[in-house]
Amino acid sequence: MTMFFRVAGLVMRKDLTVEVRSREIVYTTIFFAVSCVLVFAFALVKDGRPLEDAAAGIMWISVAFAGTLALGRTFERERHSETLRALMLAPASRPALYVGKLLGVVLLLLIVEAILVPLVGLLFHAPIWNCPFRLATLLLLGTVGFSAVGTLFAAMLVRARSRDVMLPILLYPITIPVIIAGVRGTAALFEPVPAVDLADMWMALLAFFDIVFVTLALWTFEPLMTE
Amino acid sequence: MNVDFTEVSVRDVSRHYGRRRALARVSLECRSGEVLGLLGPNGAGKSTLLSILATLLAPSSGEVRYGATTAKEAGAALRSRLGFLSHDLHLYPELTARENLQFFARLYGVPAVGACVADALELAGLAPRADDLVAGFSRGMRQRLALERALLHQPRLVLLDEPFTGLDDASVAALVDRLCGLRRQGRIIVVVTHDLDVAERLLDKVAVLKDGRLAAFDVAHGRIREHYRAHVAPGRNPEGGLVPPKPEGEGG
Repeated sequence: MTMFFRVAGLVMRKDLTVEVRSREIVYTTIFFAVSCVLVFAFALVKDGRPLEDAAAGIMWISVAFAGTLALGRTFERERHSETLRALMLAPASRPALYVGKLLGVVLLLLIVEAILVPLVGLLFHAPIWNCPFRLATLLLLGTVGFSAVGTLFAAMLVRARSRDVMLPILLYPITIPVIIAGVRGTAALFEPVPAVDLADMWMALLAFFDIVFVTLALWTFEPLMTE
Repeated sequence: MNVDFTEVSVRDVSRHYGRRRALARVSLECRSGEVLGLLGPNGAGKSTLLSILATLLAPSSGEVRYGATTAKEAGAALRSRLGFLSHDLHLYPELTARENLQFFARLYGVPAVGACVADALELAGLAPRADDLVAGFSRGMRQRLALERALLHQPRLVLLDEPFTGLDDASVAALVDRLCGLRRQGRIIVVVTHDLDVAERLLDKVAVLKDGRLAAFDVAHGRIREHYRAHVAPGRNPEGGLVPPKPEGEGG
């Protein structure tokens, strides 16, 4: 077990070092997510008054779009010098490699969300400070669920010719439960009087999805990655 | 599980990609201390065979035995005994030479990572540039680094896909010396190459692949060029020119 987490940590640290050097994914993903929110703000905020309940949906759509971009770019990097094959050749546990990649993607998306959420709060007058810890937990759970499926599909598609098209086509239908739970939970927290019980129920559902998705991904990663 | 072996045997291995056949019933073997060369035209199935030997691809039929075991039986333990230098080099350009080697050494569970990496950098001739990003290296430097990356964990079976590509004469000579050293250590080396000069200097056995089939195996040393001309490049002069040399006495 120690070896499993050592390998996962090694892969995650490597991904973060590469990203710190290039800053390519974090900058492009933040730029894309911010552009998304701004476009929605122009469309849905009239006379300084945003459409009711829009904030939660805009936030999660932006996270999903930015996440897809980040997933694609993360694995494009591994494809460039076929380093994913080098990882697969290592005697390390393949599920540990998956967890390492997943942690890297989750951390990257959390950085994007740290900029995205205050921006949504500002432009859509969303009360993000109502229940900050619950909101952070909700975002973390949703991000893990989305990334768990995304990391698996992005790794699977790394050598597919139409990977850029295939990734969203495969990813969005399967992660819809995560996105719906995220949107409903966030909307409950953005109520003038936060519906904490309702938000907790959505959070529990998100935790359930995370367990299911991560377990399935760990189970299928090795056979799917063996050509 | 500790896996070691002194021979690798490929038995009736076929591989299909959908309806396209990449390898058809290929059988060959190589023992400890031998260098096996895979020759053949582009698309002959050399890289597919190398990927099967590296356990990256599963054969559609047939089996590869590493001593008494197979890839399916030994799994990760077997992978720790394989070193693979692909044409794509498997290096992270955003990391330094040292960081690349450290990452893979840790991934392979190499003991004493620092000393091992320092030795590898020395052998690659890159010690003075150890902390430079790989992105700034020439193809030859990357090739040397990638070879040492593949050898960090002292693999028994060393698989090299066109390792001489992009190297100058001095680097080719150095690489041949390095591979001869590995042969003396009892490693099993399988090399895909189109370089006939190197093939004649280095290889103990030659397998010629054509259209996924084994056209010739265990070719005698002096007949490598003859087989190359017959199977690989019938219209090409193995001495280097594009036109075959005219028979003596034939006028222009």
